Amino acid sequence: MSNFNRRQFIKTSSAIAAASALPFPMINIRTAGAQANTVKVGILHSLTGTIAIAEKSVVDAEQLAIEELNKAGGVSGHKIEAVVEDGASDWPTFAEKARKLIEKDKVAAVFGCYTSASRKAVLPVFEKSKGLLYYPTYYEGLEQSPNIMYTAQEASQSVIAAMDWLMKNKGKTFYMIGSDYIWPRTTIKIAKAVLAKGGGKLVGEDYYPLGHIEFSSAINKIKGAKPDVILNCVVGGSNVAFFKQLTAAGITGKNQTVLSLAVSEEEVSGIGADNTVDTLTCMGYFQSLKNPANEKFVKSFKAKYGANRGVGDTLECGYISVHLWKMAAEKAKSFDVEKVVAASSNLEIDAPEGKVKFHAANHHLWKHARIGTFQPDGQVNMIYESPLIEPNPFPKL
Amino acid sequence: MNLDMMAMQAFTGLSIFTILTLMALGLAIVFGLMGVINMAHGELMAMGAYTTYFTSLFFAKFLPGLFGIYFLVGIVLAFFVTFAFGWILERGLIRFLYKRPLDTMLATWGLSLILQQLYRQFINAKEVEVTTVSWLKGAWQVTEGVSLPLSRLFIIGLAVVTAIAVYMFLYRTRWGLRIRAVTQNRPMAGAAGINTERVDAFTFALGCGLAGIAGSSFTMLASTGPTTGQAYIVDTFIVVVFGGVESLLGTIASAFMIGQMQSWFEYSMSGSMARASILLLVIVVLYFRPNGLFATKVRRA
Repeated sequence: MSNFNRRQFIKTSSAIAAASALPFPMINIRTAGAQANTVKVGILHSLTGTIAIAEKSVVDAEQLAIEELNKAGGVSGHKIEAVVEDGASDWPTFAEKARKLIEKDKVAAVFGCYTSASRKAVLPVFEKSKGLLYYPTYYEGLEQSPNIMYTAQEASQSVIAAMDWLMKNKGKTFYMIGSDYIWPRTTIKIAKAVLAKGGGKLVGEDYYPLGHIEFSSAINKIKGAKPDVILNCVVGGSNVAFFKQLTAAGITGKNQTVLSLAVSEEEVSGIGADNTVDTLTCMGYFQSLKNPANEKFVKSFKAKYGANRGVGDTLECGYISVHLWKMAAEKAKSFDVEKVVAASSNLEIDAPEGKVKFHAANHHLWKHARIGTFQPDGQVNMIYESPLIEPNPFPKL
Repeated sequence: MNLDMMAMQAFTGLSIFTILTLMALGLAIVFGLMGVINMAHGELMAMGAYTTYFTSLFFAKFLPGLFGIYFLVGIVLAFFVTFAFGWILERGLIRFLYKRPLDTMLATWGLSLILQQLYRQFINAKEVEVTTVSWLKGAWQVTEGVSLPLSRLFIIGLAVVTAIAVYMFLYRTRWGLRIRAVTQNRPMAGAAGINTERVDAFTFALGCGLAGIAGSSFTMLASTGPTTGQAYIVDTFIVVVFGGVESLLGTIASAFMIGQMQSWFEYSMSGSMARASILLLVIVVLYFRPNGLFATKVRRA
């Protein structure tokens, strides 16, 4: 019943939001954000509601980056001032706050959104009001907006690399399971195409509603199908149930290859490291990566937020988003959105995940796909690193 | 489908049945006996889960030698914490709204949002890890192909014990007698010298305490986080409404039917389709029997 109320609410409020979005005049933001010696940027994530679970720590990473830049003299001599808004896990609220940030606060850029649903909700606002959004979450691709920079991997950058590696090293029969919405569905669609090309066999494909907590039938089906590999695209809290129940049923990383595409070190803290040990994960970044940029990132994050805090893929992408914006703005010698976007083309950064750079045209990053095994302490031991993969948000399948 | 698989699926059905029973017992008492639609029931389960989490932290820190029994202590504590919270809630909020069911719904929904945000703010925005005690990890290998997870066996046992305890309490004790008397005829019960207000508070608190037990034991199966309750609440309501609001036995029977359906549907089709089919069946049944499958005929004043 709570769903009913909520849905009604979302329906009406999104209708209002959509209606009010139409007649807005275009606003000249040539001088966006920059005033005297400060420049405003927006941070737009959910601090409350269901998705806050994932987004709160991204805010921490972005604020860390801003603090670092300010200590080092800001952007072109301007001090960065962050305006933090709460999207409240509610898509119309995201759109409303995005408009507020762009038109009222006149921010030069916004770092934000986590779910694809929230990004889709703010996209028209950013395009209409000529804002600039840096989006730090790995997602399903199939999108490219002139006003959005995508700093995490799109689907083909993780799933294709993971499938190639799995078929070469772990076997050819696959059981694919995912939560039931656009990201897992698209990812599994790509995975199946790669599987067919490589001569592999799909022995099962299963989707469960987001937030589902009962996987014993799924696990029985897996036991019956005896796949070489379980490709896990389950998302969020369901992963806790999935891994706990797999372990209880006697399926562990020791006797079964399980590769997850949406489980990072962050999620493991809730799942319990003893339930994920020896299973595989594919991400663009691991906290355990050995390079000076990463050691500095992890060290300053822990220094600011506490030694028990960990970082994961999305946090790192949020962190480099701020740095990428700063570099582009300085290269463009302007905070103007079009100029910053133009300057981002081929822009290279020495990130915690290694050297990555923006694609010349499609607003995504060239990235490494990395595969690793979870250790008993919840960290990842990297066992494979791909060369830089060209982003291709619209893969031909 | 071979014999082993049949056995495992049958066990899955049994397991889901007991999980649903545990979830729904508390709500069946609050909703069924008192007519209060408590939208915060899921958050009370989360409260039970968090109580277990803090118990585990306490044992890990101060009594590491006894860590093996923390889970049992956690379940008992979860009952008392949610029971106490339920008592306060009834005295402070619910009792003013007895004659206004819609307002109760709104108030308890608001309460559920408040509780979620409190968990998020003061405990952790992320899920916390509740360690499963070592003697409940793993599975009982019956034959080579059949293995039954110990955690699920434990929950089956817990559900049986809880259901029997609730039954004994309602039908074999003085308090139970008072509760039933008040449910059936409030003015008469009051005239007979029963303090109906205390009975209300006690009944509501009991329902909340049962939610705490459920939440506590589910830490073995699923996540413990601010929105954990949301994962349970819909199923809980479906079970109670499907079974017929006024009968506890109906709730148990409905949990059994939905558990079996879920187990076999999920085996034979994709999870989402299974879910949709169950909901469809529930809708059809409620269309023809609006008071639920096992509605007792009550004469309403």
